[in-house]
Amino acid sequence: MRHGLRVLRAFLSLGVLNLVQYRSDFFIALLNALISLVTQVLALSVIFTATSDLRGWGPNDLLVLVGIQFFIAGLIGVVMRPSMEALMEGIRLGTFDYLLTKPADSQLLASVQMVAPQAATDVVVGVGVVAYGMTRLGVTLSPLDVALFLVMLLAGLVIVYSFLLLLATCAFWFVKLENVLVIFQALFGNAGRWPVTIFPPWLRAFLTFVVPVAFAVTVPAQALTGQLGGGSALLAVVVAIGFFVVSRLFWKFALRHYTGASA
Amino acid sequence: MADVGLATPDSRPALSRFSLAALASFYRERFAMSVAVNVAYRGAVAIWIFVTLIQPLVFIVVWRTVAGEGETGGYTANQFVAYFLVMMVVDHMTFIWHMWEFEWRIRTGAFSPLLMRPIHPIHGDVCENLAYKVLGLIGVLPAAVLIGVVFDADLSGVGLGTVLPFLPALVLAMVLRFAVEWCLALAAFWLTKVTAINSLFFALTTFFGGIFAPLAVLPGWMQTVAVWTPFPWSLAFPVEVFLGRRAGADIWLGYAAQLGWIMLALGGLALLWRRATRRYSAVGA
Repeated sequence: MRHGLRVLRAFLSLGVLNLVQYRSDFFIALLNALISLVTQVLALSVIFTATSDLRGWGPNDLLVLVGIQFFIAGLIGVVMRPSMEALMEGIRLGTFDYLLTKPADSQLLASVQMVAPQAATDVVVGVGVVAYGMTRLGVTLSPLDVALFLVMLLAGLVIVYSFLLLLATCAFWFVKLENVLVIFQALFGNAGRWPVTIFPPWLRAFLTFVVPVAFAVTVPAQALTGQLGGGSALLAVVVAIGFFVVSRLFWKFALRHYTGASA
Repeated sequence: MADVGLATPDSRPALSRFSLAALASFYRERFAMSVAVNVAYRGAVAIWIFVTLIQPLVFIVVWRTVAGEGETGGYTANQFVAYFLVMMVVDHMTFIWHMWEFEWRIRTGAFSPLLMRPIHPIHGDVCENLAYKVLGLIGVLPAAVLIGVVFDADLSGVGLGTVLPFLPALVLAMVLRFAVEWCLALAAFWLTKVTAINSLFFALTTFFGGIFAPLAVLPGWMQTVAVWTPFPWSLAFPVEVFLGRRAGADIWLGYAAQLGWIMLALGGLALLWRRATRRYSAVGA
């Protein structure tokens, strides 16, 4: 475990070094995040001139939700997506073999092998938007609420990570797969910006269990805005553990069948 | 600089130096080739078409929720469904992706051979774009019908009298959006990273073009601004014609606006292209 953390830290600092080298990337990422934020806020203001609430969600609740979507999208962009892309590319080209020879857990190495710190601008913007939305809502959170929110956020992240790992692991069998991540990105970037509760039941089920956007964004937002029931919270934790275990088993299974690109 | 024998004023690819017959045969061959490429990569095409469906589907859900049992900006829930589905088809028929490709073309030097050829590179892009759109319709149209059935789209205003004027509006919209966005793509000659300017442009398209919501639903100031930009004329206008929300003189005025913007865009394109190629020095050469 300590070894794993040191590996993680080494990769993160490598990513930061890369970023310092290409500073303009950071400003462009910031500009992109701001354009995206203004677009979102404008969209919300158009919606809320037409209605006063969106199936129980007021403008400030949605602001909190948008902030959380930014935050998670940022974390996906910093390490999960670049690493999964590198993993798929490595399997295709055969460079994945080198990763297997390194003395650390292969799943950990594969999951942190590429770091893109400029996406952290989304994380920062997300935290800012959540904080602003919360002050506008004017609710005071007890330590218990904060703890619940953090657990939900963690569960959401674990679910998204496991889901992406499951997708990327398919590359062991289907070599041309990078487009699959495009589908996830589009679903997360579009459907993830709205509460899953406004979707009709069949789409809601799809966005909860097939492509788990709901647990990543809506559930943490519900925790912060006081709309989360105990049942949903428990379900999120159970689903997170389930996804993580399944993705880990699938990874092990895939490795057992892996023979190297050149073999 | 640029003058490594490929971009002197006399040898620069020009639109006017070609006989129509030569151009027509180029278009035929190039279109057939692009279709073949898309068929070869049909898996990737299918995935992109699937991605095309996601945003309209989400907006349908959002605006149906907003409208509820009543009306918002003159649209009922089922009329919103129809609007976003027609918009999805029009968006598919008008969009281009070259503003994302030019950065790569310039960075890797892939532009150099294109400039060597005695034909303007825009023709190849037009063919590639048309081939993808035509092939994509095989996925987009059935999907639109299916979503329309599932969400009970209200197409009561549509008839032969709206479909006929829709067709020229769609063709003009395709030309207009191609010309405007190809100008945007040329920005890559001046900027090394184009993501920021592209996302700014897409934010404007999303609101003023009517992709996020019908223009009638937007606040007054946005509608006023939108009318004076090219965006609604390449997206919202054909959609509204199809749905029967524009009639008589309003349609003719729309065609005129489309033609006016097309002339402006083509003029700007010629000017920008001249400056861009003069500026171009092949990277990696």
